[in-house]
Amino acid sequence: MEKLLEILTDLHSDVDFETEENLIDDGILDSMDIISLITEISEEYDVTITAKDIIPANFNSAKALYALIERLSDED
Amino acid sequence: MKAAAKKWIKFIVSAVIVVVTLSLLQAILMPKYSVDGPFEGAFVAEYYGETKDHDVIFVGDCEVYENFSPIVLWRDYGINSYIRGSADQYIYQSYYLLEDTLRYETPKVVVFNVQALDPKREAEAKEAYNRMSIDGMKWSPSKIGAINSSMLEDEQFLDYVFPILRYHSRWSKLDKDDLAYMFKLEKVSHNGYLMKVGVKPAENVPEGRPLPNYEFTEKAWKHLDMMVELCEKKGIKLLLIKAPSLYPYWYPEYDEQVVEYAEKHELTYINFLDETIQAETGVDYTKDTYDMGLHMNVEGAEKLASWLGKYLTENMGLTDRRGESELAARWLDKIELYEKDKTEKYEKYEKEKENTEAN
Amino acid sequence: MLFTLYEFLGFCAVLLLLYYIIPKKAQWPLLLIASYAFYFIAGPQFLPFIAATTLTVYLTARLMQSIADKQSAYLKAHKEELSKEEKKIFKDKQKRKKLFWFVLCLLLNLGILATVKYANFFISNINSALTSFGSKNVLSFVNMIVPLGISFYTFQSIGYLIDVYRGTVKAEKNVFKYALFVSFFPQLVQGPIGRYGDMSETLYIPHNFDSKQVGFGLERVLWGYFKKVVIADRLFVAVSTMIGDPSTYNGAYAIVIMLFYTVQLYADFTGGIDITIGLAEAMGIRLSENFDRPYFSKSLKEYWRRWHISMCSWFRDYLFYPVSVSKPMQGITKFSKKVFGDKVGKRIPLYLSSAIVWFSTGIWHGASWNFIVWGMANFAVLMISEELEPLYKKFNDKFKFTKSFPYTLFRILRTFALVCALNLFDCYVSIATTGKVFFSAFGASNYHVLFDGSLLKLGLTSLDYIILLGGVLLMLTVSLLQEKGSVREQIFRLPYPVRFMIYYGLFLIIILMGAYGIGYDASQFIYNQF
Repeated sequence: MEKLLEILTDLHSDVDFETEENLIDDGILDSMDIISLITEISEEYDVTITAKDIIPANFNSAKALYALIERLSDED
Repeated sequence: MKAAAKKWIKFIVSAVIVVVTLSLLQAILMPKYSVDGPFEGAFVAEYYGETKDHDVIFVGDCEVYENFSPIVLWRDYGINSYIRGSADQYIYQSYYLLEDTLRYETPKVVVFNVQALDPKREAEAKEAYNRMSIDGMKWSPSKIGAINSSMLEDEQFLDYVFPILRYHSRWSKLDKDDLAYMFKLEKVSHNGYLMKVGVKPAENVPEGRPLPNYEFTEKAWKHLDMMVELCEKKGIKLLLIKAPSLYPYWYPEYDEQVVEYAEKHELTYINFLDETIQAETGVDYTKDTYDMGLHMNVEGAEKLASWLGKYLTENMGLTDRRGESELAARWLDKIELYEKDKTEKYEKYEKEKENTEAN
Repeated sequence: MLFTLYEFLGFCAVLLLLYYIIPKKAQWPLLLIASYAFYFIAGPQFLPFIAATTLTVYLTARLMQSIADKQSAYLKAHKEELSKEEKKIFKDKQKRKKLFWFVLCLLLNLGILATVKYANFFISNINSALTSFGSKNVLSFVNMIVPLGISFYTFQSIGYLIDVYRGTVKAEKNVFKYALFVSFFPQLVQGPIGRYGDMSETLYIPHNFDSKQVGFGLERVLWGYFKKVVIADRLFVAVSTMIGDPSTYNGAYAIVIMLFYTVQLYADFTGGIDITIGLAEAMGIRLSENFDRPYFSKSLKEYWRRWHISMCSWFRDYLFYPVSVSKPMQGITKFSKKVFGDKVGKRIPLYLSSAIVWFSTGIWHGASWNFIVWGMANFAVLMISEELEPLYKKFNDKFKFTKSFPYTLFRILRTFALVCALNLFDCYVSIATTGKVFFSAFGASNYHVLFDGSLLKLGLTSLDYIILLGGVLLMLTVSLLQEKGSVREQIFRLPYPVRFMIYYGLFLIIILMGAYGIGYDASQFIYNQF
């Protein structure tokens, strides 16, 4: 989780990712950010995030994103 | 219960406001032909204000409404006639205007000017002429027929039902006449006749250029058949004429088709361009036309009416009705108006002539 | 034959009436019948195309769904006895099966789209290549009909196909329901491109007559017609005059063209979408919004989140994301990182995917090079501003005034100007003409035409300009009012007489000032001599 927050903060230093719950709906993360994020995450956690996982529900908060990562590493 | 009633009242009041304001707007936006011109646009509506017991009804375009004076027909022969004319009236419009007229009265004779069959003109039909022939008609199956047969490709039926859709952008050009004449017409014709004065002699009228095809269209034939049938059914004598207009050119090929048709249906056809008839009528193209042979001036129109009156009396069994006191009284007023109009128009014409000569 | 305005309105009025008097169960079948009737009247020859797309996508989706269902049933039944490894092998096998059908159906439908819409474009490009190699033989063009709305319904179908493939939605069992989703007539011609997941929520359920909802829907339709008929169709006259003659209308006129065309495009497109969404709303059906006041955007990037949203999000979800996270692209990432280092290397694949998306967006708009160049120009601007982002940030942090309203306004206007300039690619088929006209604006010697009455010779009178100005101000006011929430709700809270005046007033404005009807200018009802 900490590593994830670090990656996120690297992307947008001015956002408090621990509390923010509408990263997609409020337009804080755009499509470019999401792809950068996925690249970082797949390196860091060794999971494959596919296009079908890219839905607002999975990216709206750091918590949701972490849950996705855990789920995907579980499946592998 | 109460709330529902309130809702209904709200709805009805709103609907009434909408209908009333839209009707007023439409009335104000319609072109005011009878004051602003072109006067031809006012003829069709003017008819409905008349007492309808005519002996003769003319249908056709400017070749009837500028070429025959109903006043002379009455004054000299006691024939009560009316011209249902409009600009560039096509055969199908003539038919439906006749049908519309027959809803109110049954004349003894109907005079139809065959220029309306000209296929060249039908091909050049214009929306503006359609509007002037149709807008003034009262609603009836005849009007619907007129619309459906006249509409050009880019016209829509709804534009005739709600003319506001057609004339909506006139709001920027409105003047006080539009307000004053929202619901009334200025009388512009003498029983459908539009008086013109002045002389412009006909010189060197060119012959028509050869056409690839002289056949009247199927649509024209169809409506002519319908007209013949309608007159037969009502016991009306149909008289076909070709008024003595030198232009638009009346091709011999056109004439042959009319002659043949008249023979086949046992109709009388009078071609006023014919030299013998022309000699009889006494029309002089150096004096009796105001626009170089296209139309007659009032002198010419009176000559033609005089000839036609005699013909109708002698050959079509029309009787002199000058003895009917009520009718005669009505005509007295009409003649007075006619003479007044003539004097005024001549004065205006003379003045204009002086001005142009002075310049 | 396309519908005329009156016919379309009559069609909708009859439909709306029927919709609420027939049994609720028959509502969606009625819409299907109406949609196919609409399509049939528009052109019977188009029917096989939409029917083919509907059927192939429907069947493929059902097939993929049954594979997925069987897969989860099998896994459930054999949960205990299968090892993780075996499960994976089984899943992969099923996935490949699904993929086969998916790709087949995708290629078929993209193939139809490409053939009818782009065949002549390909041929003309091949021909110019042949000629430049000195060949005297060229291919002849094919005579193609382009079915109405094919781009929209094909994309909508492909979106559904992908959703089913991914398992995010379940395949529709009822072929007629699915056919309605593809053919729903209000959105057939110009979108918005609907998602099955969203639309299916309201498309098939029974709808009671709700006077407020119907009223709101019709109010939006009215507003759409105002934008279209009073503003867009009026501007069209001047825009087409200028675009038609680039040798006369350049220099200062380029500014006028860009401005007018941008306003026209906005009024026409958002107006059309208002009509579509409003009509659906009157029938209780919710379509996704396609615009979010795009001209208030502070950057081009933001603009593309707020303009033609359904198309942009389609390209994002079904093209940009899959391409970006695909295996080949991940490979490119690794490679470029090695070559260019971490920071730059990471961005290269991103830009590559973006370029693919913008190329596709360009060609989606039309089968000619100017649209492709338009797409790539958008791409270039977006990438440059992406690269400059850190610089902006520093600048913004350093200067306090960047948070002030005037600076925000400046950014909005700057974005608007940029959009105007990019829109110029829409206007001319020839890219050379676009370039010539655009650059002629700089240092042109004819700036006097803006003031000397030349603008009155474009087919618009000064009164037209006043109406246009009023119309634009009204659109602006409505957009500003939207800051406070739904404008229709705000109007709804007003006393009835005021509300009535607003509705009826808008209606009268459309009737009187709309640029519709024969020559639309009855005031110049010119008669020839008789």
